[in-house]
Amino acid sequence: MDSWRKNPLVFWVLNLSPSAWLILFFIVPLTLVWVLSFGEKRGLLEVAITGTFDNYARALQPLYLEIFWKSIWMAGLATIACLIAGYPVAFAIAFAPDRWKPFLLLALMVPFWINILIRTYALIAVFRTRGYVNFTLEWFWDQANGLLTLLGLGGYQLIGARYEPLELLYNNFAVNMGIVYAFFPFMVLPLYANIEKLDRSYMEASLDLGAGHWRTFFSVVFPLTWHGALSGIIIVFIPALGAFFIPDLLGGTDSQLIGNVIERQFKSANDWPFGAALSFLLMYITFGALALRALVAGRNRGLDV
Amino acid sequence: MTDSPPIISVQGVSKRFGNVAAVDTVSLEIRQNEFFALLGPSGCGKTTLLRMLAGFETPSEGEILIDGQDMTDVPPNRRPVNMVFQSYAVFPHMSVFDNVAYGLRVTKTPPGDIAQRVQEALHMVQLSEQAERRPDQLSGGQRQRVALARALVKRPKVLLLDEPLSALDAKLREAMQLELVRLQTTVGITFVIVTHDQHEALSMANRIAVMESGRVQQVARPAELYEFPNSRFVADFIGKMNLFQGRVVERQGAEMTVDIEGLGRLVLPGQDKSAETRPVSEGQEVGVAVRPEKVKIHRDAMPAGPIVLRGQVREVAYYGDTSHVFLRLDSGQVISANLRNDSRTSDPSVKIGEDLWCSWEPQDTLILDR
Amino acid sequence: MPQSNTSTPAARPTSLESGVGRARRRPALGPLDYTRRWWLRLIVALTFLLLYAPILTLVAFSFNDSRRNIVWRGFTFKYYEKAWNNDSLIDAFANSLSIAVISTVISTILGVLVAIFLWRFRFPGKAVYEGFMALPIVIPEICMGVAMMAFFARVGWPNDLPWPLSLSSITIAHIAFSFPFVAIIVRARLVGFNRELEDAAKDLGASEWRTMCDIVLPYLKPGIVAGALIAFTLSLDDFVITFFTAGPKTITLPVKIFSMVRFSVTPEVNAASTVLILITVIATALAMRFQALARGTKDGRG
Repeated sequence: MDSWRKNPLVFWVLNLSPSAWLILFFIVPLTLVWVLSFGEKRGLLEVAITGTFDNYARALQPLYLEIFWKSIWMAGLATIACLIAGYPVAFAIAFAPDRWKPFLLLALMVPFWINILIRTYALIAVFRTRGYVNFTLEWFWDQANGLLTLLGLGGYQLIGARYEPLELLYNNFAVNMGIVYAFFPFMVLPLYANIEKLDRSYMEASLDLGAGHWRTFFSVVFPLTWHGALSGIIIVFIPALGAFFIPDLLGGTDSQLIGNVIERQFKSANDWPFGAALSFLLMYITFGALALRALVAGRNRGLDV
Repeated sequence: MTDSPPIISVQGVSKRFGNVAAVDTVSLEIRQNEFFALLGPSGCGKTTLLRMLAGFETPSEGEILIDGQDMTDVPPNRRPVNMVFQSYAVFPHMSVFDNVAYGLRVTKTPPGDIAQRVQEALHMVQLSEQAERRPDQLSGGQRQRVALARALVKRPKVLLLDEPLSALDAKLREAMQLELVRLQTTVGITFVIVTHDQHEALSMANRIAVMESGRVQQVARPAELYEFPNSRFVADFIGKMNLFQGRVVERQGAEMTVDIEGLGRLVLPGQDKSAETRPVSEGQEVGVAVRPEKVKIHRDAMPAGPIVLRGQVREVAYYGDTSHVFLRLDSGQVISANLRNDSRTSDPSVKIGEDLWCSWEPQDTLILDR
Repeated sequence: MPQSNTSTPAARPTSLESGVGRARRRPALGPLDYTRRWWLRLIVALTFLLLYAPILTLVAFSFNDSRRNIVWRGFTFKYYEKAWNNDSLIDAFANSLSIAVISTVISTILGVLVAIFLWRFRFPGKAVYEGFMALPIVIPEICMGVAMMAFFARVGWPNDLPWPLSLSSITIAHIAFSFPFVAIIVRARLVGFNRELEDAAKDLGASEWRTMCDIVLPYLKPGIVAGALIAFTLSLDDFVITFFTAGPKTITLPVKIFSMVRFSVTPEVNAASTVLILITVIATALAMRFQALARGTKDGRG
């Protein structure tokens, strides 16, 4: 690597246009939103920058705090679901024979290449009252009912007179499932990378010393791979917070996340300063999560054996 | 010690990976309190065999009995053996104390006992001072002691060691060899060690099994293995060896007359006890071998004796305590002889191109039929 | 031993009884053979089923001869025809492709420049510079989306330009988040470059510019192709940022699909989605292929 002084001409030729683009079309817009967040709405599109903190104060009112809290709760729940479902899958891929690994990873990645909006939309056909989950459950109900009739208990209607389809769509459950479905591979890939490079002899040593498989998992595998889990948690949790289209397509009236509120401020309510404040609060949460990970990763660097 | 019952009994064990047999119908008995070594070049199946003893690999065929119990359906966490891993596998997220205590905690040992037993184990490997350290603050040698203490604190019936010294530098390795032998006598547990280093095996073990391509070639005490190898492979693998082609012309009991290619005819007394039982018959092609240190070099006059050969010095390799001299015999074959440098001025005693005599005693000659 | 020994290669000191037991319990599982445990296989199979079932259903229903799309009623292409005859859908598709092509060209150039720049030079504040370069990748998309929306409104970016130029605001936004991705991919390729090749070219009399064109760029080619394909899919696939920067006349395919889905679920949407799926999956698969190629020939000495 050369010092930039060695060849200033090449230095500037290389970085001038990308730097300009980044500053003009990324840093400036972000700064603009930051400045807007200290402004006041005057009229339809009129905003006066007054240096007020009102927007932040409003964002911290119980109504919006509740939405923040709910977003964190829903995104958190979905993240934990991803973690629980992701570990066995990552484990299975990491321990699969070498010739299988590329195919399993590819199979995991392909749905992930598909537009996130389309994937969210695809869930509707699965979850609606006349969708596959309900069809499957109805089939089970029919079998159970048939069995009861066979046993001579048909007349008691122990499991209801007929199958009542579950309302799986347009509620918080659907939103949670949507987030899990959208971001699941984000969780599996870092977990896989960490389990893959975990020295098998740690697990063997644990078994050798008398621990069972569960104990080995919780005492050895998890503590040595939770870096991957942490990366996964962050890259699922952050986009989940802002993914306004998932509640839009799958949620009910009470499933609004912080992303939806921001979207509304910019698209329909037209209160840009407030939307700007909310969007910067979301960014601060993001930076906080990233800093936390950097801190933990830095402290545990010694573990990366 | 020979009378004690076997603690490990390996009966016709094979391990196949696809079409390759890593371990091929091996049968072995390891006795109580033995320091037993599995020795062989890399890929000979010794580590696979050790891992089958620990339970990390399941035999494709055959049985393993530990202390009389069939281990086939016993998972590694329920076997009365513990292992010291080649990489040590000291848990990096636990302190030294927690590492050693781990095996006791997972088997629900009373907490009071744990502290005491861990202290004892750490004392035994001289790590009492480092109990609260993290593994990344330890040297390689210390990490290995943690791995030893962690396995020994479980009071296993057998301690398995997989190339335990390969990651240490030469000086430390020598010290640890002595240390391991001392530990083994102190704790009185059977040790089974896997190594590719013949010096390690010879200096530490009571008995050694030499393996090649998945098969056990010879099981013997170190001195027996060195002086009476049963095959060309063992003879060549352990120490250095001059090896010639020969043919048995006459055999009477243990006494044999052998024609050695290029060297002439030789009558061997029946000193080789294993030769008696070997099916060597008249007319058979055999290997005739002699160790370089048994070959003597004479400068001035032709010595007397049944085996005397003339040759020219082609090369001298200086090793400090010894020099290895390579002579080209009149027949064109090359023989090596070790000279002890027992005085400071003995260094230039042989020169390249010099003509010399060499000789050895008939009873130092080995007949190898395979 | 009385039994015939011909089938066994070597006599084993085992009893007949244990021979019977042996047949029963093979093949045994090694303790770490997790992939051969049925429960883990079941979990993995179930996961992949859940991952693929919705997408396959969506694709299948684009060929289903039924508007309600609840059960299979026979194969048809009519929704593709309908989608093809839906002018606003075709406009959106044309917009998406045009934006993706322009964005790919510019973000690939910018990305390659940054990658070479960061690989070649050390300078004060480099860590901060790299941090800012990574920012478009790490911040939530919605934050970037509203920022671009506010920016274009504030600077008074004209929204009544003729066709290709009317897409300029979306294209600019796409380039801003795509080129850092290209830079990452190209930089990964540069890690394996042997700088002595560069020195050798200069030693033989090549100028800085000739060295770049004759030595560095040819070496980077697989990385550049992979980066370009990634930039293409990122642009084609983007919904959130486009949603905020798109005007009423400059709708892209994902935004169009969103508005259609919000309104009602029709098989036409499935047909349009299937087309988009096909394009992105092919482009990404090609990108992965080139990236693997780039990794495979890492050594610049070859």
